[in-house]
Amino acid sequence: MAGIIKKTGDSAKSADGTQTSIVDGRQHLLLLPAWLIIGVLLVIPVLLMLTYSFLVQDFRGGVIWEFSLEAYDQFFFDRGLFGDEPPSIEWTYIGIFWRSFVQALFAMIFCFLIGFPTAYFIATRPQKSRAFWLFLVTIPYWVNLLIRTVSMKFLIRDNGPINTWLLSGGIIDEPIGMINTSFAIQLGLFYSYLPFMVLPIYASIERYNFALSEAAADLYSSRWMTLFKIVIPSVRPGIIAGCILVFIPSLGAFLAPDLLGGAKNFMIGSLVEEQFKGQAGDWPFGAAVSMILLSIIMVILLFYARAQIRQNDGGH
Amino acid sequence: MRKFATLMGAAAMTMSFAQAASAEKLTIYHWFEYIPQELLNEFTAETGIEVVMDTYDSNEALLANLKATGMGSYDIAFPSDYMINIMRDEGMLDTFKSSELNNFDNIQEQWLNVSFDMGRQSSVPYQWGSTSFMVDREAYSGDIRTSDIIFNPPEELKGKINVLDTAGETLAFASLYMGIPQCSNDRSQLKKLSAMLEGAKENWASFNSDGAKDVLASGDVAAGMIWNGFGAKARAERASLEYSYPKEGYLVWADSAVLLKDAPNRDAALKFMDFLLEPEVAAAITNYARYTAGVKGVEEFLDKELVTSPENNPPADAPAGTFVEVCAPETQALYDAIWTQLKK
Repeated sequence: MAGIIKKTGDSAKSADGTQTSIVDGRQHLLLLPAWLIIGVLLVIPVLLMLTYSFLVQDFRGGVIWEFSLEAYDQFFFDRGLFGDEPPSIEWTYIGIFWRSFVQALFAMIFCFLIGFPTAYFIATRPQKSRAFWLFLVTIPYWVNLLIRTVSMKFLIRDNGPINTWLLSGGIIDEPIGMINTSFAIQLGLFYSYLPFMVLPIYASIERYNFALSEAAADLYSSRWMTLFKIVIPSVRPGIIAGCILVFIPSLGAFLAPDLLGGAKNFMIGSLVEEQFKGQAGDWPFGAAVSMILLSIIMVILLFYARAQIRQNDGGH
Repeated sequence: MRKFATLMGAAAMTMSFAQAASAEKLTIYHWFEYIPQELLNEFTAETGIEVVMDTYDSNEALLANLKATGMGSYDIAFPSDYMINIMRDEGMLDTFKSSELNNFDNIQEQWLNVSFDMGRQSSVPYQWGSTSFMVDREAYSGDIRTSDIIFNPPEELKGKINVLDTAGETLAFASLYMGIPQCSNDRSQLKKLSAMLEGAKENWASFNSDGAKDVLASGDVAAGMIWNGFGAKARAERASLEYSYPKEGYLVWADSAVLLKDAPNRDAALKFMDFLLEPEVAAAITNYARYTAGVKGVEEFLDKELVTSPENNPPADAPAGTFVEVCAPETQALYDAIWTQLKK
């Protein structure tokens, strides 16, 4: 965002010296909607969350306006059920985070394994039919996420069509227990976020110059080698964008874990939900969990951005 | 700019006209699947008051949402017994005089002077029922009059059990099973409760409240905690299901329609409460939700099979049901911790 603003500012100045101030003034006005959206939808909610995470819990929801580190303490330290044991590291919430990260990672990998070939296929169709294939990818997303997740539940339940078919075909003797497992959660996440993987990769592959693949073939590169040495590195930005777009929403998802995973174990999303909607009503803790998740993701993205910059510098 | 102002002015005027022209409104906050839409239409047809309904799936969700959105957006909500006490303590309830309701005398004697609303100053009875569990008799034919089914299940039911995803009811039900108080501060009792639940969880397939009927009716699970009326609906879809009144005890609850503080449409709300106290209306709700009404004179309008349904008629030797208790904050925190530990 900052980069875009800077660029337009530079170009305005270089265009005509006398016009600069007017253009600048109008620019600020024109940027107002963008700033408004960032402010209202991003800065204020995050600040609210940050503030609430440092307040004292009011019984059964709500907060008392006193500064406290209680919520963060609860996250990291275990003082026993009655709070009188010497503090030790609290593994409960770290475990919940770990589980969510693993699930999101699997969902991301599944999405990539299916999404990359799909995107490649679409991008290599004739120009005219690409729109049609993309259109097909979006069809399931005309339906609400909840309905799609429930449909998935119907499909994979013990006496759902998949098991019934396998049983009647004599392929299995006992229904495969798919519902209420981690696999079901990953499947749900995969299904929810697949287009977020397909679309950015498609955009990258579409810009890829296929003459490079031909050149590689001319130089006796095998198809696999071309794929790994030429195609994937060239479309890497699209792949990474897709992975981020799948991984991050998967981390906070709670529909798939609740409906397909049987809600037996908290995920980050359902842990936060429980703090606001459940009996605990511990808003500061819910806010603190959200802030911790936000910080972790920010750190990951920062590392990624730094690696990206370093690589670009090295490349030139 | 002047053009813009004129436009805005015109828009504002249109809006105020539209508001004046539109009918009276009533906003209710209700449990899912708990009132037939036809009744709401009927109320609108009778009074000209348009009814807007939002739904929730647990007493705690109701409280949380009212706390988050503040008072003044809803007129009526439908909390259970213990939650009425909590909401009164939170200052969320308005009061009315019995003379403000034409049908006040229709309230059944046993639901008039109740501990959670003596003399009915803020609420009128809606439906009452019990929380226990159902078993698919095709999967298990042994004795089901014990909560062992859920917490120490026989081999046939292991891995095929659903429990309600609400800390309050599930923990209270577990406490009844262990014969310990619902709001205990006793260290060893709580540790035992926590250990028992963690052991039992190994045999559970899922935690699900709003899907409690569906998982039983579809055969996803062979036993599951459920509310009795919801259970009757499950049995209508799968005849082999049987509701149990376990010997260790089960929960009872009584839902009421409460008048919320700062209700934007207080008059409409009172009219709606009057409507709910009509025997024919209360019976229609019972016929739909399969629980039991707290209103006099409903009998002649009830479905015949409800009168004898096993879900609504505990066997003679069943113990009396127990209401969920409200714990003190520091005690409640212990139970919240047990729940988190259970689902970690």
